[in-house]
Amino acid sequence: MTTTDPTLGDRQGYAGLAGVPLSLTPLTRKEFTSDAEVRWCPGCGDYSILATFLGVMPDLGITRENTVIVSGIGCSSRFPYYVDSYGLHSIHGRAPAIASGLAITRPDLSVWVVTGDGDALSIGGNHLIHTIRRNINLTILLFNNRIYGLTKGQYSPTSEQGKVTKSTPLGSLDTPFNPLSLALGAEAGFVARAVDSDRAGLTEVLKAAANHRGTALVEILQNCPIFNDNAFDAVKGKAADEGVIPLRHGQPVVFAGGRLGVVRDPATGVLSVAEVAEVGLDNVLVHDAHRADPSIAYALTRLTDSGVLHRAPIGIFRDVTRPAYDDLARQQVATARGEGSDSDGLQRLVTGQETWSVG
Amino acid sequence: MTKVTQLDRVVIRFAGDSGDGMQLAGDRFTSEAALFGNDIATLPNFPAEIRAPAGTLPGVSSFQLHFANFDISTPGDRPEVLVAMNPAALKANLRDVRKGGMLIVDTADFSPRALAKVGYSSDPLADGSLADYQVVALDLTAMTVEAVKEFGLGRKDAARTKNMFALGLLTWLYGRPTTGTEGFLSSKFASKPEIRDANVTAFRAGHAFGETTEVFAVRYEVSPAPMPAGRYRQINGNTAMAYGLMVGAQKAAMTLFLGTYPITPASDILHELSKHKRHGVLTYQAEDEIAAIGAALGASYGGNLGATSTSGPGLALKMETIGLAVMTELPLVIVDVQRAGPSTGMPTKTEQADLLQACFGRNGESPVPVLAPRSPADCFDTAIEACSIAVRYRTPVIVLSDGYVANGAEPWPVPDLSLIPSIDPDFDTEPNAVKESGEATHFPYRRDPETLARAWAIPGTPGLEHRLGGIEKNESGGISYEPENHDRMVRLRADKVAGIVRDIPDLEIDDPSGAARVLLLGWGSTYGPVRAAVRNLRGRGFSIAQAHLRHLNPFPANLGDVLRGYERVVVPEMNLGQLSMMLRARYLVDVRSYSRVRGLPISNEELTADVIALLAELSGPHPQQGEPLLEEKP
Repeated sequence: MTTTDPTLGDRQGYAGLAGVPLSLTPLTRKEFTSDAEVRWCPGCGDYSILATFLGVMPDLGITRENTVIVSGIGCSSRFPYYVDSYGLHSIHGRAPAIASGLAITRPDLSVWVVTGDGDALSIGGNHLIHTIRRNINLTILLFNNRIYGLTKGQYSPTSEQGKVTKSTPLGSLDTPFNPLSLALGAEAGFVARAVDSDRAGLTEVLKAAANHRGTALVEILQNCPIFNDNAFDAVKGKAADEGVIPLRHGQPVVFAGGRLGVVRDPATGVLSVAEVAEVGLDNVLVHDAHRADPSIAYALTRLTDSGVLHRAPIGIFRDVTRPAYDDLARQQVATARGEGSDSDGLQRLVTGQETWSVG
Repeated sequence: MTKVTQLDRVVIRFAGDSGDGMQLAGDRFTSEAALFGNDIATLPNFPAEIRAPAGTLPGVSSFQLHFANFDISTPGDRPEVLVAMNPAALKANLRDVRKGGMLIVDTADFSPRALAKVGYSSDPLADGSLADYQVVALDLTAMTVEAVKEFGLGRKDAARTKNMFALGLLTWLYGRPTTGTEGFLSSKFASKPEIRDANVTAFRAGHAFGETTEVFAVRYEVSPAPMPAGRYRQINGNTAMAYGLMVGAQKAAMTLFLGTYPITPASDILHELSKHKRHGVLTYQAEDEIAAIGAALGASYGGNLGATSTSGPGLALKMETIGLAVMTELPLVIVDVQRAGPSTGMPTKTEQADLLQACFGRNGESPVPVLAPRSPADCFDTAIEACSIAVRYRTPVIVLSDGYVANGAEPWPVPDLSLIPSIDPDFDTEPNAVKESGEATHFPYRRDPETLARAWAIPGTPGLEHRLGGIEKNESGGISYEPENHDRMVRLRADKVAGIVRDIPDLEIDDPSGAARVLLLGWGSTYGPVRAAVRNLRGRGFSIAQAHLRHLNPFPANLGDVLRGYERVVVPEMNLGQLSMMLRARYLVDVRSYSRVRGLPISNEELTADVIALLAELSGPHPQQGEPLLEEKP
């Protein structure tokens, strides 16, 4: 759905922000920075995510007062305190629900949900999938560190099976969620993954997510130096060359300097990694983030290791627009009002059709 | 010519299978009575199962209507007329019918098999077991099918209009006008002409049958009740609640956002509000009770009037979010249409056992104002008051309705909305504080010195950006773990809610003789039965005082003095004594709990008898007084 809004001026590209007032003067990162002292552990991946976020916000051009960050509970959910916008640090798992009510009633706000793997996928799993399903116009930043940090180190719903933690001394037993597979199963229109320390990649994904009208889910692989250090080393630094499968719309999915590529079994639709030299570049999957059918996007999410992470696709898996719930809800009201609202309408309703008079 | 007998009041119960349309027939008869000018009170009673197996006791659905030529306050304890559409309906309801009452029975399903299904070993219509009643046994189904045969409906569809035949018969029996129901049927089935015509024809046929048959020796008339002058309509509790929320939001110039999840018996509030998008209402059917209130709170955070409707099990799920609303001090209206619990309990039956949950069911010191409507129409005023308190004091407010007031109906003088005061949300648009750096800023927990309501700046307000949340904050909105700050904030939140008492009128006492020694104190939907019992008692010569609580938190300022002014205070409630417990704890008064948890409104006759027994316990003379009209059978 293309949305045009006169208030957007030359920023028509940000369909997700249509209706949100623009700042009359360019804003700076400093203006988006609150004066609260940041209190994450030294070395926490949240710092770099915050830094990138604060760098992206002025580029979106919207006012600070029309920016709202809603979070749940967990380390990541302290995020709103550090951004000088409006913010609501709510309760465990419920941020998507609260943000939904806000987004439906306030189309002039840019609504962001900041959540973690425990918050979004454990206690808040239901709200996450239903928000995505409805396609409410908000952006969910899911900081996935695959561990419970704030409660000091229990395994999370994204921890690899067999994880030895305080609560699982003999190893965890449950199969982890793949957050992106889950989101696609919930009919997500926008699904992306970024890495905390990759400022350029995260910037690109955040802007694309803001641009998307409807629910955008961004999984950010985030290092917890205290309870799950180095969990994402395979997608960072030098290792990233072999560990990151970069997704670029319209480009063949190749990595490791072009040596490896993703190929699709035409019979089963299953994706696998192959030597490009062996299969030929023509047979490598060309990424189409705008494909209406989500099967290939889903197959791409399955290339993520569910155990210890060695390799993962990074970038935008799917970016397909469909009508946003909140737009439709407001439209129903507007249409109903168009049918003839008047100041006496409520009095007439309360009076009703069948009345009688006494005296 | 049939003789006409004048009556002061009649209680009629329609009963049949849950698919027989008894609620519709009852509703229509109610409308006719109301339009005629009678006072009315209704009690629908239906199974939770949508279509329980036909002809079984659990499948029986009933609708009771009390109409009178004076102002009544209950749907009546015992019907004088029972319309029973099958053996199950007869069996399930007979014990409630007064001896000497009339039984209008459809004999179509009185086969040995159907009788056996509900445990009749012989046909009650033939075995003499109904000798104490006036039995009118008719094959209503056959007469209906015959009457509508010209429309070519199948036998099943034709038979389905038998509720209208029965309604037509009753309409004749009580001399009610017929045009209202004919108009209603014409518009209800406008898109299905043959169904429409069959229903209208069945209705007329029932009426004509009454006129021509000689079965009925007497026809009855109940003249209009004297009521204060004005324009009236009929309304049920859930509709009145929905209207009240709409008007409350309009008076605050806020958008009403109802976040909710379907639950019996509250769903009709959602159904009603979802029809009114034209008035700007947004309704949101969430994935669960928690998301429902979460979305409502999100809407409130954005400067709208967030509301949620639920019943007991849903209220339990919403408590964490109510706590967040207490902490963030945001307005939110929570309507709990109470039903019999615990757990799933009896979803379609009424109870008042969520009082302690509403007042105390959250972690931490989490004060919430609690209000309860006393009758269906009173839901309107209560909802507006809840909106007003929520917005002005920035607090969640719980409204304790129940299945009885929610589904019951009564006449309602149509309010003039222009006379209802507006509600000022008083949003902050300018800074209210200065930072250490000298910069102007917004302190979200700076308070109005009188009401202690906090400053409220909504997103979109430039320069007042701030963060709220469930973590304890200091006045500036910064996170604070300081012992003194927490102690101060806990007390401020408590004082703020306690201070709402300044807006609450003193409890009024109804004690005409001024000499009563016993006070009957009700709350919520016990108003009607308590009032009826008080009348019964006065009619028998006893002096008795009555008072009724709408405000459960905070209590009216004079409540302690009132309680201490009587030798005995009796608190009837549909729970095991929850209000009694609160009153004892708060005022150290030895109130007597009168408790019934049968899923039905308290019986005024039973209450009358029990209070008489209690009066006998008190030594010394009882002042006497008289009052003529009784809601019990004299």
